[in-house]
Amino acid sequence: MKTFGGPAVLLDRNDINTDEIIPAKYLTEITKIALKPHLLEDLLLNGKPFDSQSQAMKQAKVVITRANFGCGSSREHAVWAFEVNDINVVIAESFARIFRQNMFNCGILAMELSKSDIDALFALSGELTVEVDVEKGVMVATSSDASQDSLKCSFVLNPYDKNLVSAGGWLAFADANY
Amino acid sequence: MGKTITDKIFDAHLRDTPTPENMVLDLDVVLCHEITTPIAIMDLMEKGMDRVYDPARIKAVIDHVTPAKDSKTAAQGKIMRDWAKRHNIKDFFDVGANGVCHALFPEKGFIRPGYTVIMGDSHTCTHGAFGAFAAGVGTTDLEVGILKGVCTFRAPVSMKVEITGQLQRGVTAKDVILAIIKKLTVNGATDRVIEFVGPVVDSMGMAARMTLCNMAVEAGATSGLCYPDRVTAEYLWPFVKDDYATIDDAVKDFSKWHSDPDAEYIETLYLDVSELVPMVTYGYKPDHVKDIKDMEGTPVDQIYIGSCTNGRIEDLRDAASILKGRTLAPGVRGIVTPATPAIYSQALAEGIIKIFMDAGFCVLNPTCGACLGMSSGVLAEGEVCASTTNRNFNGRMGKGGMVHLMSPFSAAAAAVTGTITDPRHFLVSEEV
Repeated sequence: MKTFGGPAVLLDRNDINTDEIIPAKYLTEITKIALKPHLLEDLLLNGKPFDSQSQAMKQAKVVITRANFGCGSSREHAVWAFEVNDINVVIAESFARIFRQNMFNCGILAMELSKSDIDALFALSGELTVEVDVEKGVMVATSSDASQDSLKCSFVLNPYDKNLVSAGGWLAFADANY
Repeated sequence: MGKTITDKIFDAHLRDTPTPENMVLDLDVVLCHEITTPIAIMDLMEKGMDRVYDPARIKAVIDHVTPAKDSKTAAQGKIMRDWAKRHNIKDFFDVGANGVCHALFPEKGFIRPGYTVIMGDSHTCTHGAFGAFAAGVGTTDLEVGILKGVCTFRAPVSMKVEITGQLQRGVTAKDVILAIIKKLTVNGATDRVIEFVGPVVDSMGMAARMTLCNMAVEAGATSGLCYPDRVTAEYLWPFVKDDYATIDDAVKDFSKWHSDPDAEYIETLYLDVSELVPMVTYGYKPDHVKDIKDMEGTPVDQIYIGSCTNGRIEDLRDAASILKGRTLAPGVRGIVTPATPAIYSQALAEGIIKIFMDAGFCVLNPTCGACLGMSSGVLAEGEVCASTTNRNFNGRMGKGGMVHLMSPFSAAAAAVTGTITDPRHFLVSEEV
């Protein structure tokens, strides 16, 4: 199974929708890689434009955010935009159904944590790095700020979603099983 | 314990239960459009899996950007066109015959009570108006649907919205669903199916029921459903008349899908609409909803009447009833896009297109277009649109634009005054 985790970026807002993750004007693309420069380019956080081209974004492998992430349009382009930017885990308090399904269908990880765990992650200072053990259902966030203790949280994956992550996605799973 | 309509549909289509929480369902119909399907087709081709489970179950349309606006959208159309030809997909709707998917496919009789339906489009829940389980999916689910005729869902959790009372003149299904989303919030129904029930739903036509179900996803729902009844049977009669001796027989058969009286729901929401007033959104989320009186006087730059939510003939009639003999306020642009060619023809026959044109509207061919900011009416930075569509997300109709969602009556009233306006000002004066 592939490994998940790495440097994290935090998006401190509820209800970030798929139009914000990848605007509709890029839905005319017929390759996934063409989406790469446009991930989160129109996102507003606290009413201000988010810097989607920052160094932190370029290095990120993990996104940590709040509730109802990925709501709105069904476009799997939102998941692919993360995938082609090497982001393989999104951690949130909750997801919209279609986005969550699209993540697992692509064999990448949509991790739900409790509100208190999410709050604790946002409370950590410094740059965060996240390590994930899918088999054990454990994630550890470590801060670049040495004064901060690392934070360990457990998560539950639906066994079926875990299968998809192991199989590398739904197409491979369905082709083998149906 | 009794079963809900969704339980019954799941039971009837269950192929596999890979875990107790997950159900693989056989699909009756896989709907396709040119934004999410070409990339699925390309992927299947690359993997050497360019096959179709059953071409008769696939219904395809070019609707989001049509006719093509540039080389990229032309390529998307061509991929669909070639694929439909290669696999002998007969129900493919191209330029001239095409319309907004969630208006066109029901009109063609493709959606029946008890069906399972997927599409790579979040507003697929619209088709729940026919008593079908219809859900939006991503491209991978769509690919598997095309290839294998199956899709996986979590075991259904149902909630009920019971709508009672009497709608006032000028208050529509759009206002009802905006009021419901305000109560539920944008994730209040996540991983749930919403059943819309009660006397108000019973008395609605199919167009109004589709408006209700269309926006179920804006509260996070997997699907929204109405029970199939006489209204459904009458709408579908041209397509099912060979299957039943009489409409009464169809109604009786359809009733097998109704939820049992002792079915259990995770939540029931009660809404008495007698006092409901026209509703409008004010922010960047569909649950940012206010009474229209609290937004009156807000200036608008563009009016957009159309979409899978409110582009049907009933919607155009509502708007035209206010626009007749009136014109757009100075400096305001009006765009109307009848959702299908049949709706366009009907509107022509009823003189509705002339009313829109005399009022100064641009009449577009059927397309999704500006609803998602792809073509045909995209907003500039700082512009405001009074729109009958379903999403007001930041940037949805164009970067830096603001979208106020409302009913066709309300959009027409805004067209005339140039500001957000309670449409009942016009409707009441006409009745006196």
